[in-house]
Amino acid sequence: MKDQLLLGAVAYDPKVVTIWDGFKAWFDRHDLPFDYVLFSNYEQQVESHLAGQVNVAWNSPLAWIEAREAGERAGRRARAVAMRDTDQDLTSVIVVRSDASIRTPADLKGKRVAVGAADSPQATLIPLLALSEAGLKPGHDFEIVFHDVLLGKHGDHIGGERDAARALSEGTVDAACMMDGNHLLFTREGTFPAGRTRVLAQTEPYDHCNFTVFETAPDALVDRFTRFLLEMSYEDPEVRPLMDLEGLKRWKPGRLSGYRPLETAVGRFGTLDRWLGEMSAR
Amino acid sequence: MTTAALNLGDLGFDRGAHVLVKHALRDIGVGERLAVTGSSSDLGLHLRAWCRAQGHEFEPGPGGGLVTRGGAEVGRWKGAETAGLPDPARQGAVVDQPPGRWGLAARGARVEAGSPEFRFGIDDKDLVWAEDIPRLYAQAAAAQWDPATAIAWDTPFTLPDEIEDAVVQVMTYLIENETAALILPARFAGLLHPHFREAMQLLAIQAADEARHIEVFTRRALLKRPQLGLSTAGGQASLKTLLDEPDFALAMFLLSVLGEGSFLSLLWFIRDHAPDPVTQQVATLTAQDEARHVAFGLAHLSRHVEHDPGLRPRLAQAIETRYEALRQTAGLNEEVFDALVLLTAGAWNAEAIGKGHDQVVGLAREMGEGREKRLRRLGFGGDEAARLSELHTRNFM
Repeated sequence: MKDQLLLGAVAYDPKVVTIWDGFKAWFDRHDLPFDYVLFSNYEQQVESHLAGQVNVAWNSPLAWIEAREAGERAGRRARAVAMRDTDQDLTSVIVVRSDASIRTPADLKGKRVAVGAADSPQATLIPLLALSEAGLKPGHDFEIVFHDVLLGKHGDHIGGERDAARALSEGTVDAACMMDGNHLLFTREGTFPAGRTRVLAQTEPYDHCNFTVFETAPDALVDRFTRFLLEMSYEDPEVRPLMDLEGLKRWKPGRLSGYRPLETAVGRFGTLDRWLGEMSAR
Repeated sequence: MTTAALNLGDLGFDRGAHVLVKHALRDIGVGERLAVTGSSSDLGLHLRAWCRAQGHEFEPGPGGGLVTRGGAEVGRWKGAETAGLPDPARQGAVVDQPPGRWGLAARGARVEAGSPEFRFGIDDKDLVWAEDIPRLYAQAAAAQWDPATAIAWDTPFTLPDEIEDAVVQVMTYLIENETAALILPARFAGLLHPHFREAMQLLAIQAADEARHIEVFTRRALLKRPQLGLSTAGGQASLKTLLDEPDFALAMFLLSVLGEGSFLSLLWFIRDHAPDPVTQQVATLTAQDEARHVAFGLAHLSRHVEHDPGLRPRLAQAIETRYEALRQTAGLNEEVFDALVLLTAGAWNAEAIGKGHDQVVGLAREMGEGREKRLRRLGFGGDEAARLSELHTRNFM
């Protein structure tokens, strides 16, 4: 591998190319040898990262747990070096129709609950954990209706959440799960007509994506990369459009405290058992 | 640290609560706090999501939440520039060379840093501006007329066949000339930096004037006849030299000061000698517009010559170059000349024709005098003005 920092990112949307081309040009101007490769799914990205094909991975929260778990099994140590300000303290909500007789999560027993993609932390795993902690067994006490838009992309694409919200509006399900920001969006854009839905429950806060590195990454380059990110300012008209596209106002140091809800969910539902088993067997 | 407070009542983020929150945050400093309360059911949830997207810190609180203002909005407008001033009469309102990054922003707007770089072909105030332009634009906007109602198209009249044919030929000639006069300002309007707003608007209105002229000349030509007259190679060659001139100052000089200036004399002449009331009205209205076009050309070129003395020899050169290019062409086609004689004669007899001929010859002299006068206004000496006027195309435009 050349003496450069090679980043892996998942192509969940065409704008990903614009974003990373833009950051690459910016890093070039700041003399940081940087390039990126795109993956079609997070599992392949984590696998390639572990194989040393990229130095740093822009990981979804589930991919972070995959990297950490698979890394541990291989004697590797993952760390999160940076994340967006918008990756911190998200919540998800479980929404029902206003006129429904559902008053508590327990009332969802025997009902149909719309979620996003099976691998979406925010629209599936974390809300299902909240229902599980309320005493319901997902798939047993209530039916899970998945909206698998672009599986392998961990719900990065908003389509699954929008489909779940539409299903609720159209009356084909009794509840729908989504991130708080998307609830705001669906309310403002009219997917949820005013006054027609009600938030049944809100999850505890959790964190989203991070830049993950393993201990084998070139320290000096990773340090410079991290420092550049943290120094990047929304005042800078060159990077502001990229920050807008990537959905942040500033980069923050990576933190691990916000992944506990997802870790619990993954552990409880055995979400990664099969994949981790396959990885270990290789 | 004090905490400002905002009560949203029952207004939720589904119905625009963010407008009030944004407004309240602008009244406090970055890092200061705003306690937001309200009775909307999803207020805490939506306030959290909205704050995250906007770069503000959020802490849940009773009936809403506590917002700590982030620096993103202030950051976005750091380095923004004010693109001149909207009122052109104020000092510094119209800058000498507006930068491409001001793009399409309204003059006087605050332009975010990092806006894309536009490339406008004409971005030099000396080329396009004159203090009089805002007034000329206002006048032009106020003087627009509706071809359908401004002219009494159904006024009854009958001309001798030969005279009617002559009117059709003159109209046919006017249409192709006005087409050139439409294309040039339309082309330059698209090249002008929009910072020179009133100049751009004036060019646009000038193009619209010509569009109307083309309409009324066509309508008059077809009033009694099913088809139009002749278009000659020489006439088109003359007009082509106008369209081939890429330089704004030179093209507008040839078009407005010399061409439209001559046309002004022609239209007044047609107005005064029109054989029928419709032709007379058409000429009257179109001449009013042309007078404004000439005034615009003279205004910006006078200022330009004042700021750039090197322009005057270039203007002279442009006339000479055009003269050389047209030397081998026939000039005003005989059909148009004869048609003008007949139009002026108004009757098909030797005496009227003789009189008409004399008057058309007189018209050519008047046109020359008008050109000389305008050239002198641009600072050309008497002899030079007379010489250059002589070199102007015999096709008038």
